[in-house]
Amino acid sequence: MRYVDEYRDAGKARALAASIASLCEPGRRYKFMEVCGGHTHTIYKHGLEDYLPENVTLVHGPGCPVCVIPMGRVDDAIHIASQPGVIMTSFGDMMRVPGGDGSFFDAKAAGADIRMVYSPLDALKIARQNPDRRVVFMAIGFETTAPSTAMTLMRAAATGQDNFSVFGNHVTIIPAIKAILDSPDLRLDGFIGPGHVSTVIGCRPYDFIAREYGKPLVVAGFEPLDILQSVHMLLTQLAEGRSEVENQYGRVVPWDGNLKALQVINETMELRPYFEWRGLGFISHSALRLRGSFAAHDAERIFQIPGSRVADPKACQCGEVLKGVLKPWECKVFGTACTPETPIGTCMVSSEGACAAYYNFGRFTRERVREATR
Amino acid sequence: MCLGIPGEIVTISQDQPDLAMVDVSGVRRKINIGLLEGEPLDPGDWILIHVGFALSKIDEAEAKAALEFLESIGQAYADEIDALRESRIE
Repeated sequence: MRYVDEYRDAGKARALAASIASLCEPGRRYKFMEVCGGHTHTIYKHGLEDYLPENVTLVHGPGCPVCVIPMGRVDDAIHIASQPGVIMTSFGDMMRVPGGDGSFFDAKAAGADIRMVYSPLDALKIARQNPDRRVVFMAIGFETTAPSTAMTLMRAAATGQDNFSVFGNHVTIIPAIKAILDSPDLRLDGFIGPGHVSTVIGCRPYDFIAREYGKPLVVAGFEPLDILQSVHMLLTQLAEGRSEVENQYGRVVPWDGNLKALQVINETMELRPYFEWRGLGFISHSALRLRGSFAAHDAERIFQIPGSRVADPKACQCGEVLKGVLKPWECKVFGTACTPETPIGTCMVSSEGACAAYYNFGRFTRERVREATR
Repeated sequence: MCLGIPGEIVTISQDQPDLAMVDVSGVRRKINIGLLEGEPLDPGDWILIHVGFALSKIDEAEAKAALEFLESIGQAYADEIDALRESRIE
């Protein structure tokens, strides 16, 4: 695998690590947030923290779409699923996410017709095949999945598939980053920007982070060397007194994003005044709802939604983990009461969640570090 | 779901130009390519797929690297491929 070796060469990694160390000012501590759960995965899987000097810390951000769904929204979806004639559909990742009153799996076991789909287009097909049923697609995700929901809605409208609707839960990454920047809990020196979200939104929406907050952001790929190179680029900016948006992942991410994808999102959806994020609370203009012109396909207008609000379990500290205030293993229930098999919090449910990533890959390294420092 | 998976275009549908038959880790399924409007696409090209839609065209080197990354994730990628196997986009 010649290609992969280019991104994983241990010699190159060590050379980068040495260069990273030389860029650090003595006595200064650096804290960078990797916004995307995919990056968290790479960092733990490859033990990248071991390549970084002791004064450079990586903290994870809110970029796990399943993790930020508040429990009340799951309860609302289960309420819709239990209405007469309804088939609820969603991605497999949603099935184990706990609501206040159980998960989709629990509701399914209790008799609700809830089906996993790979694509919203598969949900639309189920609607076509079941004309006497009401098929609802629970849409989740950042800008990576919103264009797919948008395209499916346009297809439903064009073909008059009136028994198909969308329960919209799409969130947008920029307001979440802004909320973290405005949070007093955390002092960050820069961001490793999300890779695949940026294929849609491009790099320009991050400008305010550099201009208004004076923090550098580097959009990064998912390979170990991508991450190390991004840290190098962030430190170089800081050493030179710059704060800019840079694109390390130019081989995939166009500077302007995918204009067609942005256009179809805009055609079908608009910003909500506010939306609740798990762990982050209510954030203004941080999520999308269907436009009035798609009311006939909007589950929030078709069904009476209870609008449940459920506080996270007291023991769960997903909120702090999502904001980067706590590392997964610092949570009281990590790896004991909360595991991927019996998750309490969303960060342990999704494979993109920081806790699941750390649980699966991180333990060995952590224990080794502990031993070394004993 | 949030991470794109790479696939290689096998054929592009003549009567439905929005659809392409794509090979993802040996699984051949129809994928919607309507979001890559204006991008010249041919059999043999690689695309990054999110939940049944291609969101960007990538080169072969990137596709191979992305596949390695996804395979390293383990169960999550296996689940994604299983879900794709059930998919029947029209």
